[in-house]
Amino acid sequence: MTQRPEPPVLAVRGLSVRFLMPGGRQVAAVTDAHFDVAAGECLALIGESGCGKSVLASALLGLLPANARTAGRAHLGGLDLLTADERTLARTVRGRMIGLIPQSPAAHLTPVRTIRSHMEETVAQLTGVRGRAAVRTAAEAAAARAAFPAGHLDRYPHELSGGLAQRAATALALVGGAPLLLADEPTTGLDRDLVEHTVDELRRHVDVPAGAAGASPGAGSRRALLMITHDLTAAERIADRVAVMYAGRLVELADAKAFFGTPGPRHPYSRGLLRALPEREFTPIPGMPPELGDLPAGCDFAVRCERATDACGRRPRTTDSVACHHPYLPEGVRA
Amino acid sequence: MLELHAITAGYDRRAPVVREVSLTVEPGEAVGLLGPSGCGKSTLARVAALLHRPDSGTLVLDGEPVRGWRHQAPRALRTAIGVVFQQPRLSSDPRLRLADLIAEPLRATGRREEAAGRVAELAAPLGLTPDLLRRRPHEVSDGQLQRACLARALALRPRWLICDEVTAMLDASTTAALVEAIEHYRSTTGAGLLAVGHDHTLLRRWCDRTVHWDALTSSDGHTTAALDVPASRSAR
Repeated sequence: MTQRPEPPVLAVRGLSVRFLMPGGRQVAAVTDAHFDVAAGECLALIGESGCGKSVLASALLGLLPANARTAGRAHLGGLDLLTADERTLARTVRGRMIGLIPQSPAAHLTPVRTIRSHMEETVAQLTGVRGRAAVRTAAEAAAARAAFPAGHLDRYPHELSGGLAQRAATALALVGGAPLLLADEPTTGLDRDLVEHTVDELRRHVDVPAGAAGASPGAGSRRALLMITHDLTAAERIADRVAVMYAGRLVELADAKAFFGTPGPRHPYSRGLLRALPEREFTPIPGMPPELGDLPAGCDFAVRCERATDACGRRPRTTDSVACHHPYLPEGVRA
Repeated sequence: MLELHAITAGYDRRAPVVREVSLTVEPGEAVGLLGPSGCGKSTLARVAALLHRPDSGTLVLDGEPVRGWRHQAPRALRTAIGVVFQQPRLSSDPRLRLADLIAEPLRATGRREEAAGRVAELAAPLGLTPDLLRRRPHEVSDGQLQRACLARALALRPRWLICDEVTAMLDASTTAALVEAIEHYRSTTGAGLLAVGHDHTLLRRWCDRTVHWDALTSSDGHTTAALDVPASRSAR
């Protein structure tokens, strides 16, 4: 089991999130998720909008609304994120152990303050740097680390292009030297060139040691990146491994090369997602994802699946990282 | 024909974002307009959709020169064009149930009694179930709401469709489903399409021909020659 030289940065075991709704209804946003993210690795969590990806991210950061109930464990640096209290999360986790790269950085930044002001506040809060001149220098260095141009530091968020706002948000996420970066749809709404650029920069932050942050706790070791996205092209470009989510469950966990290349994905849903790409068959998966508040008893994907049989009335167990009764087999293997 | 001739448009007369741009869409043709964000392609799409009055230039729709934009456009012209925008959340009234959202164009043109039948007719092929039609925008996903926005655009059976980055917020499968629905409508009605976006792969796959914004705005003035980028539609 433990072939990796070091333990994973993030280990999620049986994570479930339920929202309690008025009238006793329950919405099963995330169910029984198991995955690891190692240092120097990028795991892309992909799936259709509304499948529970962002809820999973919020659960890791302890940012779920009050009507949410979680189960399972999520270990990061000896801490269980799901049971940690708000004080611990605020003082040691957010920014320090997990750097969040938000979906729409322009909306994430404070509109009435300059990027320099954001940087300096973050540096002063998250690092040991003290003194005005030192903080100013450290803030400039932090901006440079995410390739944010120094000439734009005195601008306000609305004066930045989408790409520069993205870099500013990335720079802020890197300040605390967090061992885990969590990027929630970092490329939504950006055009193709900018998507590739953003993704390449994220990859670079995974590949270089976090030690560049100076006094950071994780100095010397490499970061782990969990990227949540529905942009398959971006995922292909950056990911080492891919986790596919459908109706709140991880239905497949695969090596990115095998997933996007040959032999290809093994779960019919993953196959359908790839087939929908305009550079492939461009054919949609029939139907729509089920409601998370009203899931079927068996396989959630069965009603849309071309391989479905009577067996799919029972919930499939996850075997070999695929949750399907009729997975596509790796090439050359016959059932 | 949808003909844009030497359109100059923007939000400040001294600094227009669209300068002297010409573009023609034949009846039944699908044209993809490609360009990076902020280039002005959405403004041109708004001009074509009668939603933004240009500073100069002319728009001729099926032989009729357009003289008024927005509420000043005659109803017969306005209803000939269906528009779908990038962000379904920003282009839907949060108070309306999806069924009412789709029926809005019928109500606005005094055809309320047709609404129930037409909504059912539009909703079924888009996968919008009666349960979804009873909900309000905050109770559905982006993909479901964009399907409703497409149904709304098709409610009056427009001869022209203007789609501005309609799939930018959507995942691959929803994108393919939406494009399939648009193409189904076009193949049964012969409607023309102007699709604006930045995704080369998508627009080349979707449209009969694609035009790059740079080709439209090249300074030599012979813009029509640069339009004929070979189509790659045969692959479908």
